Amino acid sequence: MVRSDAIAPGRDGDVLRLQTQVLIVGGGLAGGWAAIAAAQAGASVVLVDKGYFGTSGVTATAGPGHWWVPPDPPQEREEAVRLRNARAFGLADPHWMERVIDQTWRTLPTLAGDYAFSQDEHGVTQYRGLRGPEYLRALRQRVERLGVLICDHSPALELLTDEDGVVAGAAGVQRQAGRDWIVRAGAVVLATGGCAFKSRLLGCHTNTGDGLLMGAEVGAELSGMEFSSYYTIAPARSTMTRSMSYAFARYYGPDRRPLDISPGPDVTQALAAALLNGPVFCDLAATPQDIRDVMPAVQPNFMLPFDRWGVDPYQDMFEITLRGEGTVRGVGGIRIADADCGVGVAGLYAAGDAASRELVAGATSGGGAQNSAWALSSGHWAGEAAARFARRNASRAIARARPAGRAGLRSERARRDLDVRAIEAAVRDEMLPYDKNIFRTGRGLARSVETLDSLWGEIRDHAEGRGAQRLRTREAAALVSAGRWCYGAAAARNESRGMHQREDAPAADPRLSARLRVRGIDRVLIALERPTAEVEAVK
Amino acid sequence: MIEFIVEDRCTACDACVRVCPTNVFDSRPGRRPVIARGEDCQACFICELYCPEDALFVGPDAEAVEGFDPATVAASGLLGQYRRDSGWGEWAGDPRYANQHWRMESIFARARAAVQKP
Repeated sequence: MVRSDAIAPGRDGDVLRLQTQVLIVGGGLAGGWAAIAAAQAGASVVLVDKGYFGTSGVTATAGPGHWWVPPDPPQEREEAVRLRNARAFGLADPHWMERVIDQTWRTLPTLAGDYAFSQDEHGVTQYRGLRGPEYLRALRQRVERLGVLICDHSPALELLTDEDGVVAGAAGVQRQAGRDWIVRAGAVVLATGGCAFKSRLLGCHTNTGDGLLMGAEVGAELSGMEFSSYYTIAPARSTMTRSMSYAFARYYGPDRRPLDISPGPDVTQALAAALLNGPVFCDLAATPQDIRDVMPAVQPNFMLPFDRWGVDPYQDMFEITLRGEGTVRGVGGIRIADADCGVGVAGLYAAGDAASRELVAGATSGGGAQNSAWALSSGHWAGEAAARFARRNASRAIARARPAGRAGLRSERARRDLDVRAIEAAVRDEMLPYDKNIFRTGRGLARSVETLDSLWGEIRDHAEGRGAQRLRTREAAALVSAGRWCYGAAAARNESRGMHQREDAPAADPRLSARLRVRGIDRVLIALERPTAEVEAVK
Repeated sequence: MIEFIVEDRCTACDACVRVCPTNVFDSRPGRRPVIARGEDCQACFICELYCPEDALFVGPDAEAVEGFDPATVAASGLLGQYRRDSGWGEWAGDPRYANQHWRMESIFARARAAVQKP
C-alpha cells in the first residue's frame, strides 16, 4: 500500500542528508531541554523545527512558571504531590510527580548564564517563572554552544524505520531552502508540541499534532486524549491568551449588565455558557494601580492589542472570547511507556506537550507550571535516554531505513486536489465550539466522530500534497487524526472526570478510574488501562 | 495579523524572515523582505520583538488585516513597544524595562485575596 523508496545515505539530488546519534524534532521547551541533555551525554545531536527554534510554539509567546518546590523541608514536596494528586482524579502517578519536581528543581537553574534570572527586592534569585521569548532564546544559545546542529524552517513530515521497526531518523522539508531533508539518527525525540487545532491560541499555529501522527504511524499509542477541553480567555478577535490579568476581571452580558461570574476554577464553564447566549464583555477595573503600572514589565505583550485598538481595559468594557487549547494545556499525547520517556517503540522518545502528561496531571490540566516542569523533565529524560540508546545501537546506523508516513503524503487511492483550508476549518468546527467540546454529550461526540471519520477517509484515500502544499496537507492529516483520537476517547469515557465533562453522564464512574489507551490510525482502538500497572514507577 | 513593513526603517537584515515561526516573509536578495504569506500570520508579535529597527507592525485581529495607517502608527509611538517593554536591544539595562515577570505569583495571590474579600 505504501509507495516507499528505501532511503540509503548518499543518494543524489538536492536533498540535505545528515547523520547523527540523536534527532530532536521540535524546538520548544521540551525539545530545547532534550537537546541539551543529549549533547551533555556526549551524543551528536540535530534539532529540526518547523519554524524557528526560539520563537516556535506556545511557550515562546508566553511566560511559563514551573512547578517549583524546594527539597527542604521534605514535607513540602510530599504535600505538593498529595494536593496535586487529589486533583488528578485517580489517573496520575505520585512517583512521576516527585521525579518532575526534583528534576525541575535541579535543572532549571543550570540555564543561568544564558537566561538572566531576576532577583526580587531582597536580592533573592527567582527561578520559577521565566519570560517565554527570553527562555527560548536562552535554550537556543545553550544548545548552539553545545554544538547541536539546528535546522530552522525544517518541518519533519515522517519518521524512518529500519527492517526491525526501530526508528532510524526522520524526513521532512526545508521550506525556505526549498529542498527535502533526511536525517538518519540512532534515536529520535518527538517534541513537536500539543495540538490546539489552529484555534488562534497565542503561538499555536505550528502545533498541529504532527508528532502524534508520526508516532502513531510507527506503533506508538496515545493516552489522555479525552482531556482536551481546556480554554483560555482572550480579547475577542485577538490571540492574546495571556490570562493573568483576568484574575481581576468582571464580566458583563450583551446588555452590559454584570454577570454573576467570578474568577476561579469554574470560570471557563461559566464563560462558555454565557458566550453560547451572546457576546460577553469584561473590564479589569478591579486591578490595583501598582499592578497596572508594572504589567508591561511583567507581560510585555499583554497590552499590545489594547493599546493598538485604543482600549483601556482598566476602564473600558471589551468583548472576550475563549481560545481552545486542545492538548496544549489539555493532557493528552503520546503514551509514555517507560521511565525514560520511551514510547514503547525502539529508538523513539516523546517529551513535552507531544507526550501524554497524564502521569503527572491526571484528568486536570497541569496549567502552566506543571506543564513547564513536565516539558523540562521529560525533555531531559528523553534526551539522555536517546543518547544512551544511540550509543548502544551504533551498528544500526548503517541499516537501510524506510519512510513510515502515510496520510497526506502517500494516498491510498487516486490522488486528488483537496481543499486543505476547508479541511482545517471543518476540524475546527468540531473541535472548538463550546457546545461540542466543553459541554460534551455522547450523541454530539458520535456526530463529530462521524464527520471527522469522513474527513479522514478523504485524506487517507486522496491526499498527497505536492510542493508547498505537502506540509499543509500533512498538517491537515495530523489535525484530523488528533481530533479523532480526542473525541474517540471522549466518547469512550462515558462519565465526567476532571476537565472531561459529559452533560449526559455528569458523575464519575469508579469503573472508569483508569487511563484510556488509544491506538490505531485508520481504525481507532481504545482500551482501559489499570492505573500504574504498566507504567513502571521510578523511585 | 501582520499589517506592514515600515519601508524607511527596514534595513533588510532579514531577522523577520529567520524568526517568523509561520514563515510569513520572503527574503529578496539585496532588497527589503516582503510579506509573502500574510494569511499564515498567527499574530504572535514575535517579529516585532526581533526587529532591531522597529520596522514591523502587527494588528491584533487574528483573522483580518485591519488596515492600520503606517503614518498614523509611526506618529503614535506604538512601533517598537513590545521590544522596548521587553528590555531588548538598546533598552537592555534600562531599569524602567527590567524583567519583572517573577512578580506573577504575587499578582495572582493578590487577586485571590481580592476576590475572597467582599
